[in-house]
Amino acid sequence: MAYDVEDAEGVWIYCEQEKGEIHPVSYELLKKGRELADNLNTDLTALFLTPDGQDAQELIYRGADKVYLLEHDCFDDPNENPFRKNIVKLVEEDKPEIFLMGATHFGRSLAPRVASALETGLTADCTGLKIDDGEFVQIRPAFTGNILAHISTDRCPKMSTVRYKEFDEFEKDSSREGEIIEKEPVGYTEENIKILEEIIEEDVNIQEAEIVVSAGRGLKDPQDFEMIEEICSEVGGKVGSSRPLVDEGWISRNHQVGYSGNRVKPNLYIACGISGAPQHLAGMKESEIIVAINTDPSAPIFDHADYGIVGDLYEVLPELVKHLKEE
Amino acid sequence: MANLNIIVPIKEVPDIEKVNFDREKGRIDRSSATTEPNPFDLNALEEAVKLKEEVGATITVLSMGPPQAEDTLKDAIARGADDAILLTDKGFAGSDTWATSYTLATAIKKVGDYDFIVCGEKTVDGDTGQVGPEIAEILDIPHVAYVNKTIDRDEEGIVVETEVWGSTYKKELKFPGLITVTKDVNEPRLPSVTDKLQAKKADIEKWGLDDLLEIGDEKHFGLSGSPTGVVNIEVPEEKGRETKIFEGPNAAKELIEELKSDMGGI
Repeated sequence: MAYDVEDAEGVWIYCEQEKGEIHPVSYELLKKGRELADNLNTDLTALFLTPDGQDAQELIYRGADKVYLLEHDCFDDPNENPFRKNIVKLVEEDKPEIFLMGATHFGRSLAPRVASALETGLTADCTGLKIDDGEFVQIRPAFTGNILAHISTDRCPKMSTVRYKEFDEFEKDSSREGEIIEKEPVGYTEENIKILEEIIEEDVNIQEAEIVVSAGRGLKDPQDFEMIEEICSEVGGKVGSSRPLVDEGWISRNHQVGYSGNRVKPNLYIACGISGAPQHLAGMKESEIIVAINTDPSAPIFDHADYGIVGDLYEVLPELVKHLKEE
Repeated sequence: MANLNIIVPIKEVPDIEKVNFDREKGRIDRSSATTEPNPFDLNALEEAVKLKEEVGATITVLSMGPPQAEDTLKDAIARGADDAILLTDKGFAGSDTWATSYTLATAIKKVGDYDFIVCGEKTVDGDTGQVGPEIAEILDIPHVAYVNKTIDRDEEGIVVETEVWGSTYKKELKFPGLITVTKDVNEPRLPSVTDKLQAKKADIEKWGLDDLLEIGDEKHFGLSGSPTGVVNIEVPEEKGRETKIFEGPNAAKELIEELKSDMGGI
């Protein structure tokens, strides 16, 4: 059950792990959480529910004052229920004021269950979090990023999710000290949901790529993604796509860059035949260097690019490949 | 055939691709956009219809919105839903995601004997993806989010694939349960003209706040029941970049040279 801010103390982050391996969004939450905790003059606690707690110390080096470590085999699978049950119990015991989670698929599935069980608010995909006059303010884009809504929560814990790559990581500092507190996990039996198998597939992981080369409506045929792949293999990049091509089924959704797809921040983003709809811009405009290739000189993508070539990608890309091969 | 009770919550949304945004006033110009059923909800409805065809089911669609949202529910009937309920009341206005979830979950409890709830992964206007899992929590039933494939279905439950932890997991969900589906799960069929015409005549049941107070707690509805609230709207300045344009036959070569000096080789 939710509680009043007068009864609440501390900033918490949920450290997401996948089979014991810490997801880097956790280090980004720790960086932001550290800022908030310092501002409120309070502690930063990381919740680490994992099949293997050997990396708990890493969370201290990455900014946490305390780690609540719950080790159990049931945390080896992406089944929300044991996580939810244990997190809700910890929150009710300790009453943190603020609680941040990563907006990964798992986080987006787990966080609403936790918030709903506590009857508290949850603000999705925050791009800014700050303390303003002692009040916690959550900033999130609305209407494809056209506006930023500033949101407050009237009870605690005040919960927010943050997308991966939204904030910087807390740089590792091995001199930091903190406390690892082991907690006994609540036993759990699940009868109505069962994981049958894990299907290993190619992991595109476009968000990790340092170079992304994306195609949009300028591409005429799904076969022509080969041209994009060729550039990628020359520069060591990953293939991206705007939404229409994904909706057409030309390429899998893992490759989609945009507001409703993957948010990317590579060192170099090359947009080929992409006009630059707000939907797409919201997913890539924070890239370090942006190159646009488009036939239409008035395409909005050029307003957001550092370099542009006005031309048909079917002429420009082969040229690029040719010169890259010469290098 | 079995007769499962399936519930599909549906939201009427502005056509987000066409909506104009008034930057000066910091709000969308609603008159500029037509409304449509949230596209992800159509995938949810299609999944329910598949279950109805293969296993046997009654599908109830449920929407919270203004009286005009009736059109979206009629469209759902044309697409294969059997019953439709519109939750419409000034008392629901201003609901955040949790209050919305509470309202929908309370209506689902009032419908009663449900087996399966299918939701779209998110709405295109709110874009939170929270309502599905929140409903599951309030109803205390298990859920699987981000389902991009359904494999087996019978009256006991459903086998699905979901993308999570950088991998794909095959999960079995026993009813009663809830799933949220992505656009990859199916291709929604278009309703026939005959079905559309018939659906126009359908009766849409309307429930207001009073109807839900038999089960729900008044303090959880609408603006006052919402834990979160918007305190301020900021219209960010559009940050453009200065663009250096390369032209002519050497454009590609010049671009590569420039990138090499920026990035120290690519």
